[in-house]
Amino acid sequence: MRESRALPYLLIAPSVIFLVGLFLIPLAQTAVLAFQENGGWGLGNVRRMADDLNFQDALANTFKVVLLAVPLQLALALGMTMMLRKVRRGRDLLVWVWSIPLGISDLAAGLVWLAILTDQGWLNSVLFQLGLISQPQAWLTYETPAALLAAIVVAEIWRATAIVFVILLAGVQLLPKEYEEAAEVFGATPWQRFTRVTVPLLKPSIQTALILRTVLAFEMFAMALALGGRNFPVLVSEAFNAQYFSQDYGVAAAYAVLVMAISVAATLLYLVALRTPAEQRS
Amino acid sequence: MTGATRSNRALLWTGVAVLCVWTLLPIYLLALGALGGREIVAQWPKPLAPFGATFEALRTFLAIEGVWRAAWVSIKAAAMTMVMALALGMPAGYALARFRFRGAGAYRVLILMTRAFPVAILALPLTVSFIRLGVYDTPFGVALVHAVLATPFATLVCASLFMGIPKELEEAAWVFGCSRFTGFLRVVLPLALPGIAAASIFAFVLSWNEVFAASVLTVRQRTLTAYLLSVLSESPLHLQFAGGLVLIVPSVLFIFLVRRRLFAMWGIGNR
Amino acid sequence: MASITIEGVAKRFGEVRALAELDLTVADGEFLALLGPSGCGKTTLLRIIAGLESQTSGRVLIGARDVSALPPRKRGLAMVFQNYAVFPHLTVYENVAFGLRMAKADKARIERQVEKAATLLHIEALLKRHPAQLSGGQRQRVAVARALAVEPAVLLMDEPLSNLDALLRLEMRAELKAVLAGAGTTTIYVTHDQTEAMGLADRIAVMHAGRIEQIGTPSDIYDRPATRFVGGFVGSPPMNFLELPVRDGKVDLGGLTLSAPPDAGGKLLLGLRGEDVVLAGPGEGGFAFTLKVAELLGPQILLTGTAAGGQSLRIVLPAAGPLPSLTPGSDIVLKPDPARLRWMNEAGQALETRS
Repeated sequence: MRESRALPYLLIAPSVIFLVGLFLIPLAQTAVLAFQENGGWGLGNVRRMADDLNFQDALANTFKVVLLAVPLQLALALGMTMMLRKVRRGRDLLVWVWSIPLGISDLAAGLVWLAILTDQGWLNSVLFQLGLISQPQAWLTYETPAALLAAIVVAEIWRATAIVFVILLAGVQLLPKEYEEAAEVFGATPWQRFTRVTVPLLKPSIQTALILRTVLAFEMFAMALALGGRNFPVLVSEAFNAQYFSQDYGVAAAYAVLVMAISVAATLLYLVALRTPAEQRS
Repeated sequence: MTGATRSNRALLWTGVAVLCVWTLLPIYLLALGALGGREIVAQWPKPLAPFGATFEALRTFLAIEGVWRAAWVSIKAAAMTMVMALALGMPAGYALARFRFRGAGAYRVLILMTRAFPVAILALPLTVSFIRLGVYDTPFGVALVHAVLATPFATLVCASLFMGIPKELEEAAWVFGCSRFTGFLRVVLPLALPGIAAASIFAFVLSWNEVFAASVLTVRQRTLTAYLLSVLSESPLHLQFAGGLVLIVPSVLFIFLVRRRLFAMWGIGNR
Repeated sequence: MASITIEGVAKRFGEVRALAELDLTVADGEFLALLGPSGCGKTTLLRIIAGLESQTSGRVLIGARDVSALPPRKRGLAMVFQNYAVFPHLTVYENVAFGLRMAKADKARIERQVEKAATLLHIEALLKRHPAQLSGGQRQRVAVARALAVEPAVLLMDEPLSNLDALLRLEMRAELKAVLAGAGTTTIYVTHDQTEAMGLADRIAVMHAGRIEQIGTPSDIYDRPATRFVGGFVGSPPMNFLELPVRDGKVDLGGLTLSAPPDAGGKLLLGLRGEDVVLAGPGEGGFAFTLKVAELLGPQILLTGTAAGGQSLRIVLPAAGPLPSLTPGSDIVLKPDPARLRWMNEAGQALETRS
């Protein structure tokens, strides 16, 4: 229809203004704030962040959680997706049950696993009744760092595998069955069909899921606070502490910049490592 | 059916059952802890059956000063997030779906960029400007940041919903007397409505669950998540569990409501 | 009721020229078919008339009113779309009533008009249903009823039958003709199907590569194609074209000498419809045709072969009449109907010699 060429621009203008004001400008402000010192440029905030007692722990913990949880989530979600393809009855119900954690925040997930893993929680109760322990066992203290890390990784897997699952399932539903059937006709075993046909075709969905999941995993902090309190610092909880308790906005900004740099680096890594060349797209 | 396929079926159903238990059991246990009150937190070893569960703890929790208010603030912030995400995302989605224009690519990049950044962290620099603007410590301020998270999602979902509606339907509306706007209201919107409803529920849940920005931007007008985070180390366990349950229940219900659209949503929303 | 005037309408999509400067007039109450292969610009032209597309230059007039700058809703027209574009969220009744509601017609008029249109298209029994419960043919009827219900001055139809299966298409074609003849609406009908255009239209405009090649009545178009394209596009099998050198004002068609039209150049194109030849009797003059394949098509036999120095030629003979030997390789002598020969210059433009 004939009308002014300005219409599409008028339609996107509100969201552009909004995103510039509340996304791009704060982004720039954070970057600037992180590298300011006494009214000039400097690395003072970064140095104060790096010298912080918890910094190395926070950095290490964050990476440990991401590196352990994300691959396991991907594997589990792939397994769930493949299982669901074989299920005929009760598909809808299963999809709903398996995607319930999608609606659960990391704080709520932390509280869920706190109920299970606390000293007198259900895990210990079951272990006690099985005769494996004789008294409540602590899992979530600084004396049991491996158990605490495992607890957080398990909680993270419990909570966020659903997102990966849903993205992969959406991708699988777009794949025609003919490809796998063709592979079957030519004698591929189920495992070969999975690794040689399904996974390569799912690469775009896997890429999307990994980007989203990794960025969110680097942002995780309420779960760590709920389960480990101060015993399990992560980068974002340190940023929160710097902002909220120390009122050191410069250090908080330095943490934010660090988290963003890591997130963007991870995204770029996935974009390059898992790119699908144009000639291979269906 | 051969023996091999039968044992394969058995293996499949075992796997399915294990995954269902893995998903549901932790929520059940939290519910036990929340509804069991003071007694169950003190009990050792704890029973797996809902023996002696009462609503007392939940009632106590909800009676704590600030919880109702926190939940109410959460609802207000989530509702505002939803409205803002739709108000901004629907027109933008329409533009992406129906027009080819210079800058559409750049706009898409801007939208996808929000994915690569932990957006909630941007609440940090916003604190200062929010104080200056008088929206610090208000549900509206929280909703502004949450809308940054929800708008790109709403835009992409709306764009894809509108693309799914044949252009000819709109053209028919124009020929038979509609302007672009009334044609949108009478033809496009009714057809896209179920999808838009699902997208708004997602926006709501997104805000309802968000912890970091909500905690940074509020002091007295805390959202439920911010409130729970601030009392983590102080309040007794059963109250924390009760709080967790209150946080979870609406989300689970919402996911149930949009379950049929889940895939379309994420399939689209993350392309 | 109104006439439609197109004045110098051109359309470019970036560097691509979709429509050259077109002029076209459709008389009040006339049924005009825009016929052409896909990509010829016929749908673009229709959408420009509807206001769904804007022309790069030129004017569109409906009646005496210049509507070039008006949006579709202010042009006073109705349209039937290729994919019907029946609104899936509205009942059949509301679909038919849509245009009237937009025009804020009063309730009694809406009811009357919907009933009238529904009766005309035989969809009275479907009024309470939703489009998803209808077959393709029924949706097509709803789309036509919706257009007729507003009693438009101008009715535009964009390949309305192309999505129906062959049998239904024949049925709807006959019905459309009856319905539209009664309505007396000025109609422009876009199609790539020559039989539709021939069967329905008062006049046909044949389009090719953004231009109108010829406008005329169906028999004009069929009998006297103005260009090689028109002859080749209309008719089944299409018109044959033989390239013949001119010597001393005469051409030699495989043993038959014909006098060339006066202003011929060095070479001529002879347009010859397959059915405009008969078998030459013994001793009669004719031209040689070498048969390659014979196909029986019900009442006719289609013969494919070569003539005039190996140029391909297809002819049609009545299956019931006398037949030559149908063995591939047979030589047959044929006699053309001299009154129906169509002479064209090398560029494929008809040379107007007779009629």
